[in-house]
Amino acid sequence: MAAVLTRDIVKTFGEITAVNGISLTVPDAEFMVLLGPSGCGKTTFLRIICGLDQQTSGDLLIGGRIVNDIPPRARGVAMMFQSYGLYPHYTVRNNIAFPLRTQRLPRDEIEKKVQWASQLLGIGHLLDRRPRQLSGGERQRVALARALVREPTALLLDEPLSNLDAKLRTSARQEIKNFQQRVGLTTIYVTHDQVEAMGMGDRIAVIDHGRVRQVGTPKEIYDDPADLFVATFVGAPPMNIVTHNGGGYLGFRPENFLPTDMIENGAATEFSFRVDRSEYLGSERIVYGVMDGFDSKQPITAKLPPAHVAAERIRPGEWHPFAVKNSALRHFDKNGNRTSRH
Amino acid sequence: MAVIAEPVTKPVSRLHFMLDRREVLENILIAPAIIYVLLLVGLPLLLAMYYSVSAYTIYNPTWQFVGLANFTQIIDNPNFLQTLGNTFIFTFGSQLLGLVLGKFGAFLLLRPFPGRKIVRALIILPFAVPVALATIAWQWMFDSLYSVINWTLIAASIVTREDAPNWLGNPYLAMLCVIIINAWRFFPFAIVIFLAGITAIPQDIIDAATVDGAGFWRRNYQIILPMILPIVAIGLIFGIVFTFTDLSIVFLLTMGGPVGATSVLGFAGFQTGIVSGDVSHGAAISLFMLPVLLVVVIITLRFIRRREI
Repeated sequence: MAAVLTRDIVKTFGEITAVNGISLTVPDAEFMVLLGPSGCGKTTFLRIICGLDQQTSGDLLIGGRIVNDIPPRARGVAMMFQSYGLYPHYTVRNNIAFPLRTQRLPRDEIEKKVQWASQLLGIGHLLDRRPRQLSGGERQRVALARALVREPTALLLDEPLSNLDAKLRTSARQEIKNFQQRVGLTTIYVTHDQVEAMGMGDRIAVIDHGRVRQVGTPKEIYDDPADLFVATFVGAPPMNIVTHNGGGYLGFRPENFLPTDMIENGAATEFSFRVDRSEYLGSERIVYGVMDGFDSKQPITAKLPPAHVAAERIRPGEWHPFAVKNSALRHFDKNGNRTSRH
Repeated sequence: MAVIAEPVTKPVSRLHFMLDRREVLENILIAPAIIYVLLLVGLPLLLAMYYSVSAYTIYNPTWQFVGLANFTQIIDNPNFLQTLGNTFIFTFGSQLLGLVLGKFGAFLLLRPFPGRKIVRALIILPFAVPVALATIAWQWMFDSLYSVINWTLIAASIVTREDAPNWLGNPYLAMLCVIIINAWRFFPFAIVIFLAGITAIPQDIIDAATVDGAGFWRRNYQIILPMILPIVAIGLIFGIVFTFTDLSIVFLLTMGGPVGATSVLGFAGFQTGIVSGDVSHGAAISLFMLPVLLVVVIITLRFIRRREI
């Protein structure tokens, strides 16, 4: 187990720049999530870390050692692929044993480690099956066991849950996180799913167009987005962004945008809000509309607790007094970067 | 109001919907294939089987039954045993060489390089050129006087004019020549088979093997080769069946010579049965192909089926 550090990694494919200078420090035993839309370069970055692709420039350090020119097999990192990449002609046992065989470990030691890894992931009863005889969740565990069996310096996961159905995804999320904490493994996890990122990451690096936009804990990312991209990429519905005096932007989360009388204490800024449409989602009510005197590319949304706001109070087509606590307002300059703390 | 038309309740014949019934239609559609196989494969096979236990020659077309006399006579003939051995050497030698060249070529063609599409198209040529023309071209290359290969070797001072190899005159070299030509014909097919197999492997699996610590050779022999083995086996069945029964290259290049060194079953059967007119012995020689090919096909198909579970 070791820290992973990158310095200004750039990767170009001909004219296209996939990774545009990523510097990232992942301390030992941290669960780092790379979050970004598809095509943002996060998978390329992961492939550079494990050595499947070579960076155009920049340094990669694993455990304090520069590994730029070291081939994948000598880096000691394990990677789990989106489609798992299990070897179809091998049994589960041989799949898990494969990374140990490449290290030429003695037979009995391989068997011992395969037993250890399969017990750890609860797949001991599947060892003699072949991948095609397994369910999606079982395959994912086998892939994880194969990644872990040689006790890697770091574990890289590339959208590992995207092939599972929604129900399984929730439990697998929990399992991977528990497991990572138990083993204390440096983990880099790539996803475009913000729920996975928020729920699993010790820290999140939000990536767009091959650049890191912000690195921080899930709370920092959500509460204090560094720029408009992060603000609108994280959160469902995303942060409301309105143009503000002289080319700047003002942002606030939908759950902080409430009828004025619901704001209890502290200074607040009032707005006049015309409701166009309202969606009742059980635990919350999402209200869409426009704000008097402010421009926005997206409809302004408010996320209201249905228990406190009855439907007839926010009738569509009418103007309502709404407000945001000043502490929940975020200011961005005309380039979209945060200008102030609170 | 005039009646323009009135509905007629015409009794619909049962025959009218016959073709809509699946079991009728599928039998009709498959019938030509079955008739073809019965007439052009089954009948000649039965005929050959009968000839092989008769005393039939074109000079004396008798249907007289002689039991297994033809077979015992053939087996007692040392020339036949040599022919049988030659056939195995020819078949497996050229398949092995073709497969090695095919795998090598497939790997080269997987890598992107300028002009790859043209090379990919050109590489199919040996497979597309009529075998007679190709063999005649090769015959010139192996010719004792005009061999371009020897000229090159002499020009490069690798051999002297006096001890330049006599390709088609030396029994071992002659066998090597027919093997080379057949492998040359077979390897584009092998390339296509290998390319199809390799490109069908998901990139994730290759990448996983790389990250798991496998180098080039381990990836090749423990991941890629086992995964493409079923499709390669299918290609190999075709290769073996076509080569084992082939006589064209031998017929055109060496006529089985020198002194029977390149005689193969198909050629010997043709020479004995058709050219010499000894139909019964020719049939008996040809029938030796049947059990060998049957065993090869059964073993390969079983292997493929086991691998697919």
